[in-house]
Amino acid sequence: MEIKICGPGCSKCTEAERLVSKTVNETGFQATVTKVEDFAEIAKLGVFSTPAVVIDGQIKCVGKVPTRKEVLEWLK
Amino acid sequence: MEPSENAPPSCCADNIKEKTSTESAPRWRKFLLAGAILISWFVIYKQLLPFSHFFTYSVLDFEKGSHLGGSIQFFVYDTPKVLMLLTLVVYGVGVIRSFFTPERTRKILAEKRESVGNVLAAHLGIVTPFCSCSAVPLFIGFVTAGVPLGVTFSFLIAAPMVNEIALVLLYGLLGWKVAVLYLVTGLLVAIVAGWIIGRLGLENHIEDWVLEIRTNADDVPGDTLSWNDRFMHGWQAVKDIVGKVWIYVVAGIAVGAVIHGYVPEGFMASIMGKDAWWSVPTAVFIGIPMYSNAAGIVPVIHALLEKGAALGTVLAFMMSVIALSLPEMIILRKVLKPRLIGVFIGVVGSGILLVGYLFNLVI
Repeated sequence: MEIKICGPGCSKCTEAERLVSKTVNETGFQATVTKVEDFAEIAKLGVFSTPAVVIDGQIKCVGKVPTRKEVLEWLK
Repeated sequence: MEPSENAPPSCCADNIKEKTSTESAPRWRKFLLAGAILISWFVIYKQLLPFSHFFTYSVLDFEKGSHLGGSIQFFVYDTPKVLMLLTLVVYGVGVIRSFFTPERTRKILAEKRESVGNVLAAHLGIVTPFCSCSAVPLFIGFVTAGVPLGVTFSFLIAAPMVNEIALVLLYGLLGWKVAVLYLVTGLLVAIVAGWIIGRLGLENHIEDWVLEIRTNADDVPGDTLSWNDRFMHGWQAVKDIVGKVWIYVVAGIAVGAVIHGYVPEGFMASIMGKDAWWSVPTAVFIGIPMYSNAAGIVPVIHALLEKGAALGTVLAFMMSVIALSLPEMIILRKVLKPRLIGVFIGVVGSGILLVGYLFNLVI
Protein backbone atom coordinates (compact mmCIF):
# COMPACT_ATOMS: atom_id res chain seq x y z
CA MET A 1 0.00 0.00 0.00
CA GLU A 2 1.31 3.41 -0.94
CA ILE A 3 0.17 6.39 1.06
CA LYS A 4 0.84 9.92 -0.14
CA ILE A 5 0.30 12.99 1.99
CA CYS A 6 -0.11 16.11 -0.13
CA GLY A 7 0.75 19.46 1.36
CA PRO A 8 3.18 22.29 0.68
CA GLY A 9 4.32 22.31 4.28
CA CYS A 10 2.06 24.29 6.57
CA SER A 11 1.36 23.14 10.09
CA LYS A 12 -1.78 21.23 9.13
CA CYS A 13 0.03 19.27 6.44
CA THR A 14 2.80 18.33 8.87
CA GLU A 15 0.19 17.27 11.39
CA ALA A 16 -1.53 15.05 8.78
CA GLU A 17 1.75 13.36 7.90
CA ARG A 18 2.66 12.84 11.53
CA LEU A 19 -0.71 11.28 12.33
CA VAL A 20 -0.73 8.92 9.35
CA SER A 21 2.88 7.80 9.89
CA LYS A 22 2.25 7.24 13.57
CA THR A 23 -0.90 5.23 12.94
CA VAL A 24 0.80 3.11 10.28
CA ASN A 25 3.73 2.42 12.58
CA GLU A 26 1.55 1.54 15.53
CA THR A 27 -0.59 -0.90 13.64
CA GLY A 28 2.47 -2.46 12.01
CA PHE A 29 0.78 -2.12 8.64
CA GLN A 30 2.83 -2.65 5.48
CA ALA A 31 2.67 0.74 3.82
CA THR A 32 5.01 3.44 2.64
CA VAL A 33 4.16 6.98 3.64
CA THR A 34 5.55 9.76 1.47
CA LYS A 35 4.99 13.49 1.58
CA VAL A 36 4.26 15.28 -1.69
CA GLU A 37 5.21 18.94 -1.55
CA ASP A 38 5.50 19.89 -5.19
CA PHE A 39 2.45 21.76 -6.48
CA ALA A 40 2.62 20.13 -9.91
CA GLU A 41 2.72 16.67 -8.35
CA ILE A 42 -0.16 17.51 -6.04
CA ALA A 43 -2.24 18.78 -8.94
CA LYS A 44 -1.50 15.65 -10.98
CA LEU A 45 -2.90 13.51 -8.18
CA GLY A 46 -6.15 15.43 -8.61
CA VAL A 47 -5.91 17.18 -5.26
CA PHE A 48 -6.55 20.88 -4.93
CA SER A 49 -7.09 21.50 -1.31
CA THR A 50 -4.49 20.47 1.19
CA PRO A 51 -3.70 18.60 3.36
CA ALA A 52 -4.87 15.55 1.47
CA VAL A 53 -4.32 11.81 1.81
CA VAL A 54 -4.05 9.66 -1.32
CA ILE A 55 -3.85 5.88 -0.92
CA ASP A 56 -2.86 3.82 -3.98
CA GLY A 57 -3.98 6.62 -6.26
CA GLN A 58 -7.34 7.01 -4.57
CA ILE A 59 -8.13 10.30 -2.82
CA LYS A 60 -9.24 9.53 0.73
CA CYS A 61 -9.44 12.92 2.35
CA VAL A 62 -8.93 16.53 1.26
CA GLY A 63 -8.71 19.90 2.96
CA LYS A 64 -8.37 18.63 6.50
CA VAL A 65 -6.28 16.61 8.87
CA PRO A 66 -7.91 13.17 9.04
CA THR A 67 -8.91 11.73 12.38
CA ARG A 68 -7.15 8.70 13.75
CA LYS A 69 -10.35 6.73 13.35
CA GLU A 70 -10.50 7.54 9.62
CA VAL A 71 -6.89 6.52 9.09
CA LEU A 72 -7.55 3.19 10.79
CA GLU A 73 -10.50 2.57 8.52
CA TRP A 74 -8.45 3.22 5.38
CA LEU A 75 -5.80 0.81 6.58
CA LYS A 76 -8.28 -2.05 6.90
CA MET B 1 9.02 -6.14 21.27
CA GLU B 2 6.00 -8.24 20.52
CA PRO B 3 3.71 -7.25 23.35
CA SER B 4 4.28 -3.55 22.66
CA GLU B 5 3.51 -4.08 19.00
CA ASN B 6 0.30 -5.76 19.89
CA ALA B 7 -0.80 -3.28 22.50
CA PRO B 8 -1.56 -0.19 20.38
CA PRO B 9 -4.23 -1.72 18.09
CA SER B 10 -6.29 -2.87 21.03
CA CYS B 11 -6.09 0.56 22.64
CA CYS B 12 -7.22 2.17 19.40
CA ALA B 13 -10.16 -0.17 19.23
CA ASP B 14 -11.12 1.05 22.69
CA ASN B 15 -10.88 4.64 21.52
CA ILE B 16 -13.27 4.00 18.69
CA LYS B 17 -15.75 2.34 21.00
CA GLU B 18 -15.61 5.24 23.40
CA LYS B 19 -16.25 7.74 20.67
CA THR B 20 -19.30 5.98 19.29
CA SER B 21 -20.82 5.72 22.74
CA THR B 22 -20.54 9.48 23.37
CA GLU B 23 -22.00 10.21 19.94
CA SER B 24 -25.18 8.36 20.80
CA ALA B 25 -25.83 10.51 23.90
CA PRO B 26 -29.43 11.79 23.89
CA ARG B 27 -29.94 14.71 21.60
CA TRP B 28 -32.07 16.87 23.92
CA ARG B 29 -29.29 16.93 26.47
CA LYS B 30 -26.93 18.38 23.91
CA PHE B 31 -29.38 21.11 22.90
CA LEU B 32 -30.01 21.93 26.55
CA LEU B 33 -26.28 22.20 27.15
CA ALA B 34 -25.82 24.39 24.06
CA GLY B 35 -28.65 26.68 25.23
CA ALA B 36 -27.18 26.96 28.72
CA ILE B 37 -23.75 27.81 27.33
CA LEU B 38 -25.23 30.46 25.03
CA ILE B 39 -27.22 32.12 27.83
CA SER B 40 -24.25 32.23 30.19
CA TRP B 41 -22.19 33.63 27.31
CA PHE B 42 -24.57 36.60 27.01
CA VAL B 43 -24.80 37.14 30.76
CA ILE B 44 -21.01 37.23 31.14
CA TYR B 45 -20.60 39.39 28.04
CA LYS B 46 -22.94 42.04 29.47
CA GLN B 47 -20.92 42.22 32.70
CA LEU B 48 -17.56 42.89 31.04
CA LEU B 49 -17.72 46.69 30.90
CA PRO B 50 -18.87 47.27 34.51
CA PHE B 51 -16.37 44.66 35.64
CA SER B 52 -13.45 46.38 33.87
CA HIS B 53 -14.33 49.68 35.59
CA PHE B 54 -14.77 48.01 38.96
CA PHE B 55 -11.50 46.08 38.61
CA THR B 56 -9.42 49.05 37.46
CA TYR B 57 -10.78 51.87 39.57
CA SER B 58 -11.93 50.01 42.71
CA VAL B 59 -9.83 46.87 43.08
CA LEU B 60 -6.58 48.30 41.69
CA ASP B 61 -7.59 51.77 42.88
CA PHE B 62 -6.38 53.79 39.88
CA GLU B 63 -7.54 57.35 39.54
CA LYS B 64 -10.18 57.86 36.84
CA GLY B 65 -8.67 59.67 33.86
CA SER B 66 -5.09 58.62 34.61
CA HIS B 67 -3.01 57.30 31.69
CA LEU B 68 -2.17 53.93 33.20
CA GLY B 69 -5.69 53.45 34.53
CA GLY B 70 -7.13 54.15 31.08
CA SER B 71 -4.77 51.63 29.49
CA ILE B 72 -5.55 48.94 32.02
CA GLN B 73 -9.30 49.43 31.86
CA PHE B 74 -9.13 49.21 28.04
CA PHE B 75 -7.14 45.98 28.23
CA VAL B 76 -9.29 44.37 30.91
CA TYR B 77 -12.46 45.18 28.97
CA ASP B 78 -11.35 44.42 25.42
CA THR B 79 -9.45 41.18 25.91
CA PRO B 80 -12.29 39.00 27.25
CA LYS B 81 -14.82 40.77 25.05
CA VAL B 82 -12.94 40.12 21.82
CA LEU B 83 -12.01 36.56 22.76
CA MET B 84 -15.63 35.75 23.63
CA LEU B 85 -16.96 37.23 20.40
CA LEU B 86 -14.27 35.41 18.47
CA THR B 87 -15.13 32.04 20.00
CA LEU B 88 -18.83 32.41 19.28
CA VAL B 89 -18.40 33.53 15.68
CA VAL B 90 -15.63 31.08 14.81
CA TYR B 91 -17.87 28.30 16.10
CA GLY B 92 -20.82 29.48 14.01
CA VAL B 93 -18.71 29.94 10.90
CA GLY B 94 -17.16 26.51 11.48
CA VAL B 95 -20.60 24.93 11.41
CA ILE B 96 -21.61 26.91 8.29
CA ARG B 97 -18.38 25.96 6.53
CA SER B 98 -19.10 22.27 6.99
CA PHE B 99 -21.71 22.76 4.22
CA PHE B 100 -19.12 24.06 1.77
CA THR B 101 -16.06 22.40 0.32
CA PRO B 102 -13.62 23.66 -2.30
CA GLU B 103 -14.88 20.87 -4.60
CA ARG B 104 -18.49 22.01 -4.37
CA THR B 105 -17.53 25.66 -4.77
CA ARG B 106 -15.53 24.80 -7.87
CA LYS B 107 -18.50 22.94 -9.35
CA ILE B 108 -20.74 25.98 -8.80
CA LEU B 109 -18.22 28.40 -10.29
CA ALA B 110 -17.29 26.28 -13.29
CA GLU B 111 -20.82 26.56 -14.60
CA LYS B 112 -21.18 30.33 -14.29
CA ARG B 113 -20.66 33.21 -16.70
CA GLU B 114 -18.03 35.79 -15.82
CA SER B 115 -19.92 38.67 -14.18
CA VAL B 116 -22.26 36.45 -12.17
CA GLY B 117 -19.29 34.22 -11.46
CA ASN B 118 -17.27 37.10 -9.96
CA VAL B 119 -20.07 38.00 -7.56
CA LEU B 120 -20.62 34.39 -6.53
CA ALA B 121 -16.90 33.71 -6.22
CA ALA B 122 -16.36 36.64 -3.86
CA HIS B 123 -19.19 35.44 -1.61
CA LEU B 124 -18.09 31.81 -1.71
CA GLY B 125 -14.59 33.00 -0.83
CA ILE B 126 -15.92 33.91 2.61
CA VAL B 127 -17.59 30.60 3.46
CA THR B 128 -15.42 28.02 1.68
CA PRO B 129 -12.91 26.56 4.07
CA PHE B 130 -9.35 26.35 2.90
CA CYS B 131 -6.03 26.74 4.60
CA SER B 132 -3.93 29.66 3.39
CA CYS B 133 -1.18 27.41 2.05
CA SER B 134 -3.79 25.78 -0.21
CA ALA B 135 -4.05 28.93 -2.34
CA VAL B 136 -1.85 27.51 -5.09
CA PRO B 137 -3.37 24.01 -5.37
CA LEU B 138 -6.77 25.71 -5.25
CA PHE B 139 -5.81 28.09 -8.04
CA ILE B 140 -4.70 25.14 -10.18
CA GLY B 141 -7.83 23.16 -9.37
CA PHE B 142 -10.11 26.05 -10.31
CA VAL B 143 -8.39 27.22 -13.49
CA THR B 144 -7.81 23.74 -14.91
CA ALA B 145 -11.44 22.75 -14.36
CA GLY B 146 -12.71 25.65 -16.42
CA VAL B 147 -13.36 28.35 -13.81
CA PRO B 148 -12.48 31.64 -15.60
CA LEU B 149 -9.27 33.33 -14.43
CA GLY B 150 -11.01 36.50 -13.25
CA VAL B 151 -13.58 34.50 -11.27
CA THR B 152 -10.78 32.52 -9.63
CA PHE B 153 -9.16 35.80 -8.62
CA SER B 154 -12.37 37.14 -7.13
CA PHE B 155 -12.41 34.05 -4.94
CA LEU B 156 -8.75 34.32 -3.96
CA ILE B 157 -9.03 38.03 -3.12
CA ALA B 158 -12.19 37.74 -1.03
CA ALA B 159 -11.08 34.71 0.95
CA PRO B 160 -8.38 36.38 3.05
CA MET B 161 -9.78 39.93 2.92
CA VAL B 162 -13.27 39.31 4.21
CA ASN B 163 -12.68 36.92 7.03
CA GLU B 164 -14.77 36.23 10.06
CA ILE B 165 -12.06 37.26 12.50
CA ALA B 166 -11.75 40.71 10.93
CA LEU B 167 -15.51 41.16 10.99
CA VAL B 168 -15.86 40.09 14.62
CA LEU B 169 -13.14 42.42 15.75
CA LEU B 170 -14.46 45.36 13.76
CA TYR B 171 -17.93 44.73 15.16
CA GLY B 172 -16.67 44.31 18.70
CA LEU B 173 -14.35 47.30 18.75
CA LEU B 174 -15.81 49.75 16.26
CA GLY B 175 -19.48 48.86 15.95
CA TRP B 176 -21.65 47.15 13.36
CA LYS B 177 -21.58 50.01 10.84
CA VAL B 178 -17.84 49.77 10.31
CA ALA B 179 -18.09 45.97 10.14
CA VAL B 180 -20.79 46.14 7.44
CA LEU B 181 -18.83 48.78 5.51
CA TYR B 182 -15.81 46.53 5.58
CA LEU B 183 -17.80 43.51 4.44
CA VAL B 184 -19.44 45.35 1.55
CA THR B 185 -16.34 47.15 0.29
CA GLY B 186 -14.20 44.04 0.71
CA LEU B 187 -16.62 42.10 -1.47
CA LEU B 188 -16.76 44.94 -4.01
CA VAL B 189 -12.98 45.13 -4.34
CA ALA B 190 -12.83 41.35 -4.85
CA ILE B 191 -15.64 41.35 -7.43
CA VAL B 192 -14.40 44.34 -9.44
CA ALA B 193 -10.70 43.45 -9.28
CA GLY B 194 -11.44 39.88 -10.40
CA TRP B 195 -13.66 41.14 -13.18
CA ILE B 196 -10.96 43.54 -14.44
CA ILE B 197 -8.30 40.83 -14.34
CA GLY B 198 -10.66 38.61 -16.34
CA ARG B 199 -11.25 41.36 -18.94
CA LEU B 200 -7.52 41.87 -19.42
CA GLY B 201 -7.18 38.37 -20.92
CA LEU B 202 -4.04 37.35 -19.09
CA GLU B 203 -4.56 33.59 -19.35
CA ASN B 204 -1.21 33.21 -21.14
CA HIS B 205 0.54 34.63 -18.08
CA ILE B 206 -0.23 31.54 -16.08
CA GLU B 207 2.77 29.22 -15.95
CA ASP B 208 2.64 26.76 -18.87
CA TRP B 209 2.78 23.57 -16.82
CA VAL B 210 -0.44 24.58 -15.06
CA LEU B 211 -2.32 24.92 -18.34
CA GLU B 212 -1.31 21.42 -19.38
CA ILE B 213 -3.14 19.89 -16.43
CA ARG B 214 -6.77 18.95 -16.94
CA THR B 215 -9.07 18.41 -14.02
CA ASN B 216 -12.76 17.78 -13.84
CA ALA B 217 -15.17 19.95 -11.88
CA ASP B 218 -17.60 17.07 -11.62
CA ASP B 219 -15.44 15.21 -9.11
CA VAL B 220 -17.42 16.18 -6.04
CA PRO B 221 -17.27 13.87 -3.07
CA GLY B 222 -20.64 13.17 -1.46
CA ASP B 223 -21.66 14.94 1.74
CA THR B 224 -22.17 12.43 4.50
CA LEU B 225 -21.87 14.73 7.52
CA SER B 226 -24.45 14.46 10.27
CA TRP B 227 -25.44 17.44 12.44
CA ASN B 228 -23.28 16.01 15.13
CA ASP B 229 -20.31 16.11 12.73
CA ARG B 230 -21.09 19.72 11.86
CA PHE B 231 -21.16 20.76 15.52
CA MET B 232 -17.87 18.97 16.02
CA HIS B 233 -16.58 20.83 12.98
CA GLY B 234 -17.45 24.15 14.67
CA TRP B 235 -15.73 23.10 17.87
CA GLN B 236 -12.66 22.00 15.92
CA ALA B 237 -12.55 25.42 14.25
CA VAL B 238 -12.61 27.11 17.67
CA LYS B 239 -9.73 24.95 18.87
CA ASP B 240 -7.73 25.56 15.67
CA ILE B 241 -8.35 29.26 15.18
CA VAL B 242 -8.87 30.69 18.65
CA GLY B 243 -6.07 28.47 19.94
CA LYS B 244 -3.77 29.99 17.35
CA VAL B 245 -4.77 33.66 17.24
CA TRP B 246 -5.51 34.48 20.88
CA ILE B 247 -1.94 35.53 21.47
CA TYR B 248 -2.10 38.01 18.55
CA VAL B 249 -5.38 39.36 19.85
CA VAL B 250 -3.93 39.93 23.31
CA ALA B 251 -0.75 41.49 21.88
CA GLY B 252 -2.80 43.72 19.57
CA ILE B 253 -5.05 44.83 22.42
CA ALA B 254 -2.01 45.56 24.57
CA VAL B 255 -0.60 47.86 21.86
CA GLY B 256 -4.05 49.39 21.50
CA ALA B 257 -4.24 49.89 25.26
CA VAL B 258 -0.97 51.79 25.33
CA ILE B 259 -2.09 54.05 22.48
CA HIS B 260 -5.45 54.49 24.21
CA GLY B 261 -3.90 55.58 27.48
CA TYR B 262 -0.86 57.60 26.40
CA VAL B 263 -1.21 59.02 22.90
CA PRO B 264 -2.88 62.43 23.10
CA GLU B 265 -6.35 62.97 21.63
CA GLY B 266 -6.21 64.05 17.99
CA PHE B 267 -2.53 63.16 17.63
CA MET B 268 -3.17 60.90 14.66
CA ALA B 269 -5.31 63.50 12.90
CA SER B 270 -2.26 65.27 11.52
CA ILE B 271 -0.62 62.20 9.98
CA MET B 272 -3.52 59.85 9.34
CA GLY B 273 -6.37 62.35 9.17
CA LYS B 274 -8.68 63.24 6.30
CA ASP B 275 -6.78 66.32 5.30
CA ALA B 276 -3.53 64.56 4.60
CA TRP B 277 -4.17 63.39 1.00
CA TRP B 278 -1.03 61.32 0.92
CA SER B 279 -1.98 59.28 3.95
CA VAL B 280 -4.12 56.74 2.03
CA PRO B 281 -1.48 55.78 -0.56
CA THR B 282 1.18 55.69 2.16
CA ALA B 283 -0.98 53.40 4.29
CA VAL B 284 -1.59 51.04 1.35
CA PHE B 285 2.05 51.12 0.31
CA ILE B 286 3.23 50.23 3.81
CA GLY B 287 0.48 47.65 4.20
CA ILE B 288 1.07 45.55 1.07
CA PRO B 289 4.35 43.85 2.01
CA MET B 290 3.28 43.57 5.65
CA TYR B 291 1.59 40.47 6.81
CA SER B 292 -0.44 40.16 9.93
CA ASN B 293 -3.64 38.35 10.51
CA ALA B 294 -6.73 40.36 11.22
CA ALA B 295 -6.61 39.37 14.86
CA GLY B 296 -3.49 41.39 15.49
CA ILE B 297 -4.24 44.40 13.37
CA VAL B 298 -7.77 45.40 14.39
CA PRO B 299 -7.09 46.34 18.02
CA VAL B 300 -4.29 48.63 16.82
CA ILE B 301 -6.60 50.18 14.27
CA HIS B 302 -9.22 50.73 16.94
CA ALA B 303 -6.78 52.77 18.98
CA LEU B 304 -5.56 54.75 15.96
CA LEU B 305 -9.13 55.72 15.10
CA GLU B 306 -9.76 56.85 18.64
CA LYS B 307 -6.91 59.30 18.34
CA GLY B 308 -8.20 60.95 15.20
CA ALA B 309 -6.98 58.81 12.30
CA ALA B 310 -9.48 58.84 9.42
CA LEU B 311 -11.61 55.73 8.88
CA GLY B 312 -10.82 55.42 5.16
CA THR B 313 -7.07 55.57 5.73
CA VAL B 314 -7.24 53.00 8.47
CA LEU B 315 -9.50 50.59 6.56
CA ALA B 316 -7.25 50.85 3.50
CA PHE B 317 -4.27 50.02 5.67
CA MET B 318 -6.02 47.01 7.15
CA MET B 319 -7.20 45.70 3.77
CA SER B 320 -3.76 45.92 2.24
CA VAL B 321 -2.18 44.18 5.22
CA ILE B 322 -4.50 41.19 5.22
CA ALA B 323 -5.38 40.87 1.52
CA LEU B 324 -1.96 41.35 -0.08
CA SER B 325 1.24 40.08 1.40
CA LEU B 326 4.77 39.31 0.32
CA PRO B 327 4.75 35.61 1.34
CA GLU B 328 1.55 35.07 -0.65
CA MET B 329 3.10 36.66 -3.76
CA ILE B 330 6.13 34.42 -3.48
CA ILE B 331 3.91 31.33 -3.36
CA LEU B 332 1.73 32.55 -6.24
CA ARG B 333 4.86 33.10 -8.34
CA LYS B 334 4.98 29.30 -8.74
CA VAL B 335 1.86 29.37 -10.89
CA LEU B 336 1.75 32.96 -12.19
CA LYS B 337 4.21 34.80 -14.37
CA PRO B 338 5.55 38.08 -12.90
CA ARG B 339 3.37 40.27 -15.07
CA LEU B 340 0.15 38.68 -13.82
CA ILE B 341 1.32 39.08 -10.23
CA GLY B 342 2.06 42.72 -10.97
CA VAL B 343 -1.42 43.21 -12.41
CA PHE B 344 -2.93 41.44 -9.40
CA ILE B 345 -1.17 43.72 -6.91
CA GLY B 346 -1.88 46.79 -9.03
CA VAL B 347 -5.59 46.15 -9.47
CA VAL B 348 -6.29 45.11 -5.89
CA GLY B 349 -4.08 47.92 -4.52
CA SER B 350 -5.94 50.52 -6.59
CA GLY B 351 -9.26 49.14 -5.41
CA ILE B 352 -8.19 49.49 -1.79
CA LEU B 353 -6.91 53.00 -2.49
CA LEU B 354 -10.30 53.98 -3.90
CA VAL B 355 -12.07 52.55 -0.86
CA GLY B 356 -9.80 54.60 1.41
CA TYR B 357 -10.43 57.88 -0.42
CA LEU B 358 -14.15 57.17 -0.71
CA PHE B 359 -14.57 56.70 3.04
CA ASN B 360 -12.51 59.75 3.85
CA LEU B 361 -14.72 61.78 1.51
CA VAL B 362 -18.06 60.43 2.66
CA ILE B 363 -17.57 60.12 6.41
